[in-house]
Amino acid sequence: MKIGTPKEVFEGEARVAMTPDSALQLQKLGHECLIESGAGTRAGFLDAAYEEAGVTVVDDAGALYAQADVVAKVRQPSEEEVKLLREGQTLISFLNPGGNAELLEDIKAQGTTAIAMEMVPRISRAQKMDALSSMANIAGYRAVIEAGNNFGRFFTGQITAAGKVPPAKVLVIGAGVAGLAAIGTSTSLGAITYAFDVRPEVAEQVESMGAEFVYLDFEEEQQDGAATGGYASVSSPEFREAQLAKFREIAPDIDIVITTALIPNREAPKLWLEDMIKSMKPGSVIVDLAAEKGGNAEGTVADEKVVTDNGVTIVGYTDFPSRMATQSSSLYATNIRHLMTDLTPEKDGVINHDMEDDVIRSATVTHDHEITFPPPPLKVQAIAAQKPKPKAPELTPEEKRAQEVAAFKKQTKTQVTLLAVMAVLILGVGLIAPSSFMQHFIVFVLSVFVGFQVIWGVAHSLHTPLMAVTNAISSIIILGALMQIGSGSWLVILLAALSVFMAGINIFGGFLVTRRMLAMFQKS
Amino acid sequence: MDFGFTTAAYVVAAVLFILSLGGLSGQESAKRAVWYGIAGMALAVVATLIGPGSGLWLLSAILIAGGGIIGWYVAKKVEMTEMPQLVAAMHSLVGLAAVFVGYNAHITMARIAGGAEPSGVFGDLVAHKSPVELGILSVELFLGVFIGAVTFTGSVIAYGKLAGKVSSKAEKLPGGHALNIAAAVISVLCLVWYMSTGGTFPLILMTIAALFIGYHLIMGIGGADMPVVVSMLNSYSGWAAAAIGFSLSNDLLIVVGALVGSSGAILSYIMCKAMNRSFISVILGGFGGTAGPAMEVEGEQKPIDVDGVAQALDEADSIIIVPGYGMAVAQAQQNVAELTRKLRAKGKEVRFAIHPVAGRLPGHMNVLLAEAKVPYDIVLEMDEINDDFPDTDVVIVIGSNDIVNPAAQEDPNSPIAGMPVLEVWKAKQVFVSKRGQGTGYSGIENPLFYKDNTRMYYGDAKSSIGDLLAKID
Repeated sequence: MKIGTPKEVFEGEARVAMTPDSALQLQKLGHECLIESGAGTRAGFLDAAYEEAGVTVVDDAGALYAQADVVAKVRQPSEEEVKLLREGQTLISFLNPGGNAELLEDIKAQGTTAIAMEMVPRISRAQKMDALSSMANIAGYRAVIEAGNNFGRFFTGQITAAGKVPPAKVLVIGAGVAGLAAIGTSTSLGAITYAFDVRPEVAEQVESMGAEFVYLDFEEEQQDGAATGGYASVSSPEFREAQLAKFREIAPDIDIVITTALIPNREAPKLWLEDMIKSMKPGSVIVDLAAEKGGNAEGTVADEKVVTDNGVTIVGYTDFPSRMATQSSSLYATNIRHLMTDLTPEKDGVINHDMEDDVIRSATVTHDHEITFPPPPLKVQAIAAQKPKPKAPELTPEEKRAQEVAAFKKQTKTQVTLLAVMAVLILGVGLIAPSSFMQHFIVFVLSVFVGFQVIWGVAHSLHTPLMAVTNAISSIIILGALMQIGSGSWLVILLAALSVFMAGINIFGGFLVTRRMLAMFQKS
Repeated sequence: MDFGFTTAAYVVAAVLFILSLGGLSGQESAKRAVWYGIAGMALAVVATLIGPGSGLWLLSAILIAGGGIIGWYVAKKVEMTEMPQLVAAMHSLVGLAAVFVGYNAHITMARIAGGAEPSGVFGDLVAHKSPVELGILSVELFLGVFIGAVTFTGSVIAYGKLAGKVSSKAEKLPGGHALNIAAAVISVLCLVWYMSTGGTFPLILMTIAALFIGYHLIMGIGGADMPVVVSMLNSYSGWAAAAIGFSLSNDLLIVVGALVGSSGAILSYIMCKAMNRSFISVILGGFGGTAGPAMEVEGEQKPIDVDGVAQALDEADSIIIVPGYGMAVAQAQQNVAELTRKLRAKGKEVRFAIHPVAGRLPGHMNVLLAEAKVPYDIVLEMDEINDDFPDTDVVIVIGSNDIVNPAAQEDPNSPIAGMPVLEVWKAKQVFVSKRGQGTGYSGIENPLFYKDNTRMYYGDAKSSIGDLLAKID
């Protein structure tokens, strides 16, 4: 099969869907590779490099579409490009199928099979072809760089001979792939980074990247991202209010805000409102990664950088990946290459479009003259459901105090009860037992009590010696045998003699072993 | 006969014994404490020999000396790893002695009741008792024999289990606890019978029942609970001595018996608490019923070779070693100590984390490490060290399993749910030295072995640590 990549016609798009490296790998699968002349130039890949990698360079798009069996590109095809598609061809590209019904109709009419890169499901097996993640990663990184470009201060705090520089405070809203990449970049530049997400389960990821998670004081069960394949969904009005109140509270302190909050197939939620922007210091920067979908900040203009009246810069670029075309092209080309690997399981250059395969089925939007979007739900859950984590409620000092008092009262109560019961029992025994017995009984009870008191203090590491010592001491039974051995009956003498003998073993054995053990304990 | 001197000696001996037990609160004072115990015992024996036990004193002295030589020899020869079974074996001697002494008291009573001339101190004592006192006396000796018999067979079985001569699994005869209850009921009936007739037969019948209880009770307890069992038997032997003390009207026996009895009971309680199990459920044998299927463990155990471990140790700054019974079985403590010395010499922080129930005896690991000359101030208890795991580079788990099992915290259906465990999985890296992939003593699956930061270092602990020693210089 021939895999061809045309030059992107979308204005300002610098990325390319095939790199010399990915072409080499594709050829190993038994495919031939074609590229339109100049397609990689803006991403830093020259025609010569492609030729070296064994790629046929084709002069114009028309010829490429005519020859290629698979067309791999980045941006969704323009009307002209759709006309070039033909029956039996496969198109791999970002297609935004959710908001592009017309385009899908057109592609279907051409008889082309289309695979939308954004529809690759988020399951472990498909991560290697998840182009959304690889592009979001770049966008997150670039957003911080772009913010730094427009921010007049250091990210990291410094104390220099020329004065003290406070560290920049960065707030990242939305801790998806882009958000996490932004957090990583921002912390590694030395900024104090805060992050917020509506999915509380990402707090751990946020903290692992070195940022501080901004928690809301909100009672309601927060949403579980696992149910929506790891994406955020729309939150309740109360939750939104709590969220905005928190943002309003911290806005004056924040130097840089990077918003990445996107909900699939919806307008981006407005999270950074006019009044928050107003309360920010002059020179602050907002980078709105959701600008393409209307923006998270009020006042974001897509593809433009605006400066508000109070000197806050709002960056609304939508082409962050394209601004790092070399990096994003090589990642995207690798995603495409992995997809092709799954499409050619035999590595013989023959494409087997297996609609039973979860990943391929989900990503395919038109096939066999039919629109196959939206895909059926996955057979496997993308992410294991979160187990609810019971959280011990924080106790106020008063509650703690009350608890202590209650514990003390309880302890007193059990102790007093125990003492009372014991006293009654002993009195009861005293009523019937003769005084000679009671004498011994008192000794017994007191000894038990002394034993209890003494043993509580024994160090844990000395429990084995304790056991050995008590074992040795318990051979005190020898006294009984000694007292009996002198009485007349031979049977008594025999039994008593045996007892004396056994107890003798125990006395010497027990103490000696204990001594051996204790002698070993030594300080360093 | 006036035994004023003997009584005075007994008071001194009792004080010495109390000091002896109390002195075990610290490593240094413990060394003195043993001498208190020895002095107390010597004083008690000598005072008895020249006082109430003066009849046939030469025979007594010879027997004590003979027994002493055997005891000396055994205690000298025993390996530190065999300490648990030795202690258990010695408990059985005390139990048996208690049974014999109890029988002697019975025989003497029967003879005097039959009109024979009282001879010896004990004979005089019995002859002067009122009928009520004789009734109490028979209850006391009956109890002494009962507890002694249970202690005897129980200790023998515990010894067998610890020494590996009896299967360490919890085994019960068909009928289970009903058999124990039946035997206990028989014993109570025998007591009533014995009280009314004073005959020898009910005493013998009860002894047989008690021997059976001791055997069956301990057979039904799994090997993992042996620490509790040993200290419980320790407690029993004390109570037996106390009961005999009552029947012989000997205050020192009562005092010491009660001391030993209560100390053993507390020790059992402390250990049960460390395992988060009730004393009853340990005694009744086996692990308590589980509420549902255990959490499934996903993933695989990832092995690592000696070079990998050596490299990780080389790069680590703080290391915690968690020893368990496997270290004792493999006799690896010397190699572990050597490893510790080498790592400390390289300026690394090496510490030991000891779980309260690691090993087969309370404090078992401390004794083994001490034997290998590991300084005790780097050997820490669970509560002292548990918070430090997240800041630790490398944890080496040597032959322990349940005490580092995260299922105790994560899986409410696990048989060990709620038991406090060492949170080793929070460390950056965990190496588990283990013989194979089995589940170990208690048969519970351990999710620790499947964690991402866990590597399995298979092999006999002694030789694997030995190999590791060669790689670290």
